[in-house]
Amino acid sequence: MNRGAILVIARLTLREAFRRRLLWALVGLTLLLVAVTGWLFGKAAEVTPLEGGAQQLILSQLLVMIAFMFSFVLTMTAAFAASPAIGPEIENGLLLAVLARPVRRSDVLLGRWLGLALVVVAYALAAGYLELAVVRLMTGYLPIDPLVAPVYLAGETLILLTLALVFSTRIAPVASGSIAVVGFGLAWMGGIAGGIGDYLNNDTLRNAGTIAHLVLPSDTLWRGAMFALEPPPDVLAAAGSQARIFTVSPFFAGTPPPLPWLAWSAAWIVATLAIGILLLRRREL
Amino acid sequence: MASAGDASGASGAAAQGGTMPSPATQAPAIETSELRKQFGRIVALAGLTMTVRRGEVFGFLGPNGAGKTTAVKLLLGLSAPTAGAGRVLGAPLGDLATRQRIGYLPELFRYQGWMTAREVLALHCELAHLPRPSWPGEIAESLALVGLADRSNDRVETFSKGMAQRLGLGVALLGKPDLVVLDEPTSALDPVGRQDVREIIGSLRARGVTVFLNSHLLTEVERVCDRVAIVDRGGVVAELGMAELVRESGVRVLVTGLPDAGAIAGRFGQARLDGEWLVVDSIADGKVPALVAELVSHGGAVHAVVPERHTLEERFLSLLGAAPDEAAEGARDVAVPASPELRP
Repeated sequence: MNRGAILVIARLTLREAFRRRLLWALVGLTLLLVAVTGWLFGKAAEVTPLEGGAQQLILSQLLVMIAFMFSFVLTMTAAFAASPAIGPEIENGLLLAVLARPVRRSDVLLGRWLGLALVVVAYALAAGYLELAVVRLMTGYLPIDPLVAPVYLAGETLILLTLALVFSTRIAPVASGSIAVVGFGLAWMGGIAGGIGDYLNNDTLRNAGTIAHLVLPSDTLWRGAMFALEPPPDVLAAAGSQARIFTVSPFFAGTPPPLPWLAWSAAWIVATLAIGILLLRRREL
Repeated sequence: MASAGDASGASGAAAQGGTMPSPATQAPAIETSELRKQFGRIVALAGLTMTVRRGEVFGFLGPNGAGKTTAVKLLLGLSAPTAGAGRVLGAPLGDLATRQRIGYLPELFRYQGWMTAREVLALHCELAHLPRPSWPGEIAESLALVGLADRSNDRVETFSKGMAQRLGLGVALLGKPDLVVLDEPTSALDPVGRQDVREIIGSLRARGVTVFLNSHLLTEVERVCDRVAIVDRGGVVAELGMAELVRESGVRVLVTGLPDAGAIAGRFGQARLDGEWLVVDSIADGKVPALVAELVSHGGAVHAVVPERHTLEERFLSLLGAAPDEAAEGARDVAVPASPELRP
């Protein structure tokens, strides 16, 4: 591994994101989204003052659904940015001149990943914290872990970014982007199946969720984001029986993801990048 | 099979460069032995054996699909050979450290369209590990050499194909490499551009830089190269020097009144009759006046003497067209020249 070359490629990727106005488009859309949702939360707080746990749960569900939409936007951003990052540059010859320098193919893949990861992580954190600040301002609602929630979203995006980038070494951009987006949906549904399995004590559904989380751990991190956006336990306890209805919602997580699953998410990224390096090495230029 | 990407790695080169610097500097610019590349069942390169000396301009000729670009990719470590071996500037193929001393213009030249020409050159200065203080000078020199100084701050996506190829040539010349590999360097250029490239290659030769010129434009190659290898169907059909080609030139003489003109002329070269003309091939330098004098002294009436120079194109076509069986043999069996007498 050549750290210097990786950093050069990462910096090149960042410059390209700025120069092609990808970031500016995201910033503009996010500001619009935050303004609209801020107004929505303001109206919701007017109608439903924050007096009890149930009201806080309603606001948290609204916030989680917005976060879900936001995570979808992040997934699409990662898929669009990563899927053309390697393959088309091989096909159009752009990488030939780069790889004729003292640069390994692994340097190109890791540099691309690092540059794109910085873009999506910075965007996820900035937009996430901005949204939480606006919600707090408009409604007074503060979830259980406002600092960690955007980190989980950024992690979820990294999983899908890695998936799209690795597929982009061998297949067409449209296909690799689609795989990332479909993977996002399947992992989410797998997680819901697992949650239902837990609730009904059904091993088949529970195992389906486990397998989904093993194959593509994006939902593990999404469930972490959901948990971090929910009200603190004492609020839930105060809501009593009113809170029970939310526990079967696909937008509710009763517990944060266990540490081994978080470790697996990190290991999954490393292992998938290693597979991507092997795939890229074996590709003919 | 070694992985295509990082074929040999830097460690071998470091060891080699560190312990035996002198063999590396003495070694030929390029030497390959039975280099073979297969894509599934398709043989792209049947077995390339050749040597390119330091400081020469070496032409690598062949028809489309002969395996020229595959060979270039193997030499640069962009692809791993299925079999065989080779060394470039004394180091194994694909050696990372050696790539610092190689400039490369790909046949499929493409550079970051969103960058300016100056930024592309700066990127390659960085990738080639050139010392940062040298960048401005290297970039300015390169831009001036390829005629892009006045477009240096324009985005590459606004460039014509010819300008992009000029930029690619500029990228290849950064850092004063010891070996410059040019893959069809004039494919997008107009006649003025082609003349510029010839001059650049001439200046590289004057500086002692080895140039590996991959082309199917024979007249271009003939003008600039010291030596050529002709490849077909994945193998070397012949290697020959340009001086040798010139030496093999002949003369056509229109002579009458001399029935045994052929026998007389046979003492000067390979003589044959072509209609009314007596054709003498491979005549030695400066011997044409003696030939004419000999014919006249035997009573012949000489009406016309026309120098006849064999062109590379004629040799190329005769090798690839007149001897298809030999060419195929070369392809199957690697670097056995179909016409051994053509070897220098």
